Amino acid sequence: MTDETRHEADRQGKNDQHEGGMDRRGFFECMAWMGTGLVWTASGGILSASRLGPASAQERPPAGNFSFVQISDTHIGFKGEANKDAIGTLQQAIARIKALQPAPAFLIHTGDISHAQKAGAFDTVTEALKDTGVSQVFYVPGENDVFADGGKEYLSRFAGGRAGWQSFDYNGVHFIGLINVLNYKAGGLGTLGHEQIEWLEKDVERLASSTPIVVFAHVPLWAVYPKWGWVTEDAGQALDYLKRFGSVTVLNGHIHQIMQKVEGNITFHTAMSTAFPQPAPGAGPPPGPLKVAAEQLRGVLGVREVKYIQGKDRLAIVDSTLA
Amino acid sequence: MIQDSATWRGSRWRMGVLAVVLSGMLGAATIAAAQGGPAMAAKSAAGSQIEIKEHKYSPATLTVPVGATVTWINHDDDVHTVTSSAQAFTSRGIDTDETFTYRFTKAGTYVYFCTLHPLMTATIVVK
Repeated sequence: MTDETRHEADRQGKNDQHEGGMDRRGFFECMAWMGTGLVWTASGGILSASRLGPASAQERPPAGNFSFVQISDTHIGFKGEANKDAIGTLQQAIARIKALQPAPAFLIHTGDISHAQKAGAFDTVTEALKDTGVSQVFYVPGENDVFADGGKEYLSRFAGGRAGWQSFDYNGVHFIGLINVLNYKAGGLGTLGHEQIEWLEKDVERLASSTPIVVFAHVPLWAVYPKWGWVTEDAGQALDYLKRFGSVTVLNGHIHQIMQKVEGNITFHTAMSTAFPQPAPGAGPPPGPLKVAAEQLRGVLGVREVKYIQGKDRLAIVDSTLA
Repeated sequence: MIQDSATWRGSRWRMGVLAVVLSGMLGAATIAAAQGGPAMAAKSAAGSQIEIKEHKYSPATLTVPVGATVTWINHDDDVHTVTSSAQAFTSRGIDTDETFTYRFTKAGTYVYFCTLHPLMTATIVVK
């Protein structure tokens, strides 16, 4: 059974495409919505979607629209009490992804691919994700992927031995993958570092402010709960370079639960893990793996579909649990 | 250090020096171990063990004499490390119920932390 949560997908007050005197463009947009088999209804400022009839196998989104999937914190190699079968729950997440219509254009993994860089974990994940049928996967590391060797194994495998931060464009949306888990110091917090922030400044310099931006990184880029290290020390400097853009979506992992925040044009979303949950901020002594009743586990793990609709400022976030 | 480079004679000389130094070090280590033996056994039974639990090292500060061995044991459901912030030593990932042991041969104050959870910090004072 799917337990889907939906979030507001559009700016307040601009939900309704059918404003008085609908113009030609608005009409076609409306038809485009109908063509995908989705009906969007606005209620109390929150958009929700429901499918019209059975989805066809070859459903294609109108040109320009696309979706991708965020998967996070797979922690392959974890064998603790909180989940003795992290591979099994990963495979359930993959089944969820396979069932998405239309198929996502690509996947983004926001890190902690492995648990503590366990031998074979990277292989297991990259191989398993091929089962989604989605050919392209973009990765950023979590601290579990880099802690043992300063990131050598991860960077040589996933970044061609380069620094690891990256950007790419898809259908006019600019994606930026950042790394905030290297150079941990005693008592320290996640950082982006000077070099990466300067790279980011140059990377977005040339972009028009109307370009939708998606940033993905492991540790949250806003101060969820600094006491537990759920923050990136120098994220503010990076976000300064993104403030001018009309739509910025930040996707993070690390905390194994969904939280979100809106700051002007920037929306932040943390994601569920596919391996185990963690306590809510301040709710448990340590921010470690949280054991829940066996029948509840799949309800607190999941994946996220993110949809870009041409002309809409905010991306639509659809989270699905495994049960 | 001899600055001689590629001549055969020069390398032979350096290997000779190296051999002498190595055997000297081995000798010293053997002596130290012999001296430490019985005294160390009593100490490690008493309090050279640190428990890692709930993302904390307990005790947070431990004072030991030079030559003491400290053992960390992980009782968390998560992997941790014991990593000196001055890079004097580091464990690999310590899994649940696994241990890491280090012998402190030099006096000093050693701040260490977990590279997975860097807010976990603690100190060993060796004197």
